[in-house]
Parts: sequence; C-alpha cells; structure tokens
Amino acid sequence: MRYEDKTLYLEGALTKDTIAFKLEKLLLTEVSKIDLVKISKIDSAGVAFLDELKDRFDNPKIINTSDEIVQSMRIFSPQILPKTEEKIKENMFVKIGGLVVDHLVSVKNAFYLIADVFYWSIFGIFNRKGHRKGSVVQQSILIGMDAVWIVALLSFILGLILALQAAAQLRQFGANIFVADLMALSMVVEMGPFLTAIILAGRSGSAIASEIATMKVTEEIDALKMMAINPIRYIVVPKFHAITICISLLVIISTLVGILGGLVVAVTYLDLSPVAFLTRVFEVVKLRDALIALGKSYFFAWIIVIIGSYYGFSAKGGAEGVGKVTTKAVVASIFWVIIIDAMSSLIFYYNVKLI
Amino acid sequence: MKKKVKEAIISVRNLTAKFGEKTILEKIDLDIFPEEITVILGNSGCGKTTFIKNILRLYQPHSGEIKVFGRDVAQIEESEFNQILQKIGMLFQNGALLNSMNVFDNIAIPLEQHTNLPKSIIEKMVNVKLQLVNLENVREMMPAELSGGMKKRAALARSIILDPTILVCDEPSAGLDPITSAALDELILNLRKLLKMTIVVVTHELASIHRIADRIIFLDDGKILFSGNLDDAKKSEIEAVQNFFEVGSF
Repeated sequence: MRYEDKTLYLEGALTKDTIAFKLEKLLLTEVSKIDLVKISKIDSAGVAFLDELKDRFDNPKIINTSDEIVQSMRIFSPQILPKTEEKIKENMFVKIGGLVVDHLVSVKNAFYLIADVFYWSIFGIFNRKGHRKGSVVQQSILIGMDAVWIVALLSFILGLILALQAAAQLRQFGANIFVADLMALSMVVEMGPFLTAIILAGRSGSAIASEIATMKVTEEIDALKMMAINPIRYIVVPKFHAITICISLLVIISTLVGILGGLVVAVTYLDLSPVAFLTRVFEVVKLRDALIALGKSYFFAWIIVIIGSYYGFSAKGGAEGVGKVTTKAVVASIFWVIIIDAMSSLIFYYNVKLI
Repeated sequence: MKKKVKEAIISVRNLTAKFGEKTILEKIDLDIFPEEITVILGNSGCGKTTFIKNILRLYQPHSGEIKVFGRDVAQIEESEFNQILQKIGMLFQNGALLNSMNVFDNIAIPLEQHTNLPKSIIEKMVNVKLQLVNLENVREMMPAELSGGMKKRAALARSIILDPTILVCDEPSAGLDPITSAALDELILNLRKLLKMTIVVVTHELASIHRIADRIIFLDDGKILFSGNLDDAKKSEIEAVQNFFEVGSF
C-alpha cells in the first residue's frame, strides 16, 4: 500500500485475511483516487473494504481496475439499503393497556382451554372415539408408574429430614412421642400432596408442555385439525385422565413412605417402639384431613396438565420456542400449586383446631 | 504438449456408509475438481445427503478414504479440520438457521468467529450477501418469521459469507419459485466465476441442472451409476438415468 499525491495505491490481495491489516494501517485524511492496478485478487470482503474507503474519503475515484475487479464490484457492492422503520415509542399508558389486554386475552384462552379439557374429559369417558386406543394406559405409565420411585425416594428422604429436625427439639422436653403427630399431620395434610405435585410439575408438566409445543411447531397440531381430530381431545384428555387416576395413588405412596422415614428416625434416634409410633399416627390423622389432602391433590394434578397444555399450544417459532414454553409451564405450574395449596389451607384450616 | 492434469479438490475412495446394518453408500469412488459445478442426482433415499455429510465429517464413514484439499479428513485433528471448514460453505436442506438470533446475526456468525474484520465491514459484507439472495428487507427478522424459501436463501447467504473455496448445497432450489431458483443458479455461476468456487449441488430440479451442471453424478441405491457431463447423461443408456431425464422433462 502506497500513498502519493492524494492517490492511494493498493497492492496484492484484497481479501478477508488482508483487509483488516490494511484498515489498521490507514491513517490518511484525504484520498481523491484509489489505484487498483496492482491488485492480484479480490473477494467480497475486498469490495466491502473499497466501499468503506469510499465512505471514509468522500467518494474517491477508483482507477485502473481490471475486468475481474469491475465484475466483483458490480456483484458485491452494497447498494443503498432501505431504512428499517423506526419503532414509534409508546407512552406508558399504551404500554400498560397493552399488557392488560394481552393478559386478559391469555386468561380468556386459558378458560376456554379449561372448559374444553373438562368437557372432553367427561364426554370422553362415555365416548372413546377421538382417543388413541391405549393412550390413557400409556400416559398412566409415563405420568404415574415411572414417577413412583422418585416420589417414594424423595418422600422417604423428606420424612427422615423432618423427623430428625423435630426430634432434636422434642427430645429436650421429653416429648419424643410427638414426632409421630408431626410426621402424620405434616405428611398427610401438606407434604405428601405438595411434594408429589412439585415432582409431577417438574416431570410431567415439562413433558406435556414440550410434547405439545413440538407438535405445534412441526405443524402436527394443524395436521390433526385437518384430519378433523380435536387436538385437545386426542392429546390432552388422555393425559388428564391418566394424571387423575395416578395422582391419588402417588400421594398415598408419598405420604406412607414419608411417615416410614419418620418411623425410622423415631425408632433409631428417639428409641420409640414402632407400635407406639403407628398407634399415635392413627390417633392423630382424621379422615377429614386425608380427604382434604386427596381433594387438593386432584386440583394440583389438573392445574399441571392444563398449564402444560396451555403453554404447549401457545408455542411459536422453532426449537427455541419449545424451550421457552417448557420453562414457563414448569414455573407457572409450581406457582399455581403453591397458590392452590395456600387457598385450601385458608379455606379448611383457618379457624379449625387440628387436634 | 501434455495437458496438465487438474488435482482433485475432493477425492473419495472406496467410501462405504452404513446406518446400523443398512448400507447407504457402497464403495464410492469420486473426484471433484476445482472450479467445477458437480451436481449429484438420484432418487429420494439413494444416499445423496449421506454422501455429502460423509465428505464433511458430519457422519462417520464405515470405511474408505475422503480427502479434502489433499488432507484425509478422518485422520486430521479437529483444529486442522476446523481450518478446512472455514474454506467450505454448506447449505443444509432446511436452512439450519439458528432460531435464537435474527437473520443478520445468523449470517454474521462466521465473520465474527473467524475474522478480525471491523464491524462496519462485517455489516457491509452481510448486507451484500443478503442482497445477492434478495433478502435485504428481512435482516432484522427472526428465522421463525421467514417462509421456507426465505430461510433457505438466508442460509445460502450464511454459507457464502466467508467466500469459501468449496460450496456444498443440499437441494438449494427445493421450495423456491422458478424465478428465485433461476436467480440462485445465476448466483452460483457468478460465485464460481468470480471467486473460483468449487460447487457441489444435490438437486432434483432439471431446469437447475441444465443451467449449472458441469458434471453430473447419478447415485442409485448407494452406488454411482453414471458420471459425466449433461449431454452424456441425456444420451445415457442406463435405464435409471434415462427415466430421470424423461420423466422430469416437460
């Protein structure tokens, strides 16, 4: 590269590997001509480099160009591109209004989905057309049976932890036997249903959302519609039936195994006899508590399926969209499980003496 | 005077590819020469995509030797192969744009990762490549917002952003209208002429084959049935090749 009499003489190759170096060395302020007689090779980066020089030096004349360079410049020269439309800034009220409307629309859609799911779930019991044969059994295995071990293991560990934490305190007062009260009430009323719901939200909620979202982005849902098959009835209802069947069994397993964890601590750490522990457990737990626990667990299960389906059906784009709605579905499921749990506690236990 | 024999830029010897027990390609021998446009033809499922993915080390061949730029791709280290890959552009059948970034960013990835070019030059280069594929108005859009044909053109812009020596296109014209398809073929011819690219194209489009093919390779059931120029292919007495050109013409 040489500079003489306001003319820049470029030499050698003008390619992506050489122009960065050339640009760094270029400290000139005025160039009226660019001479390309000694250019041996040019690629699209080289043409972009010439264009950059034109912008920088007020459109200097390019001289001594070979046919090859002229042709490359013709094909690789950037034209004046249309400006992208600038987004009009919305004021705060428009933004808030927009958010409220969006929210109301999604609430409306969620209610439509809930109505559809319940309608087809009840209708589907009497008319099994529109289901895939064996889909409820298959879903029950996926949602229920495959989750048994993880639910049991975590419940047992939770039972151990709860009992150990309580035992350390109760021992100081000689109130060892009350560990049975604590385990029975906490596992039956709260921890059994809650832990099962959290595991299902993470396991099945994410699976439901990602499955439906993948079907949405690969046009499988559209294909079902075109075959006159209701996607909610075909995809969601079997999951809804399966989770309704499985949730009570999983909650019972979780509660029993959690109490078993407490029993292990009571026997080994607090020197209680298993008979005393279990007798106390059956004394403390009332049928009402067990029924409330089972009742709310159904709501947990339904909300997990409905939220998973809702986010699945709302997926847009490609693989990224699937990931986004899956995350949203799990977060929303856990949120609503906690809200329903809090509401049921308020309704049933706000003014009730437990023992 | 003895004519100088060109050295193959891609050389395949005895290539066999299998999926499990199923043999997809069987003992393929092929040389692809510099600045040539080689079109690979064949019925669906005959192993065309498997063949190019083996060349590019995306699939592991069962046996055989593949040399690109004279280097055995199975033997070289990943870092060296990455250097070779910078000289190869690949257009996938479905575009394979990254969904999480917009069209502009998708096309700029190779420049940002493999060069030290300033932002202004990168912007110019991306804009030019978008112009070449007639997509200058969609550079801020996300791939999910594009039609199939637009995705493919954006992917082509990405594959040529580094002005590669070899361009491999897996069904570039599929899903495009005839005018865009013709423009794309003209672009392929220009790229060969200006940047001296070697181009390997997998296609079924007869019009496209007529416009661009220097050499035709006809694959059938994992074997090369025919190799030669377009005129020879049309006159070929091999039944599968005859059928392809007869049924496809109108």
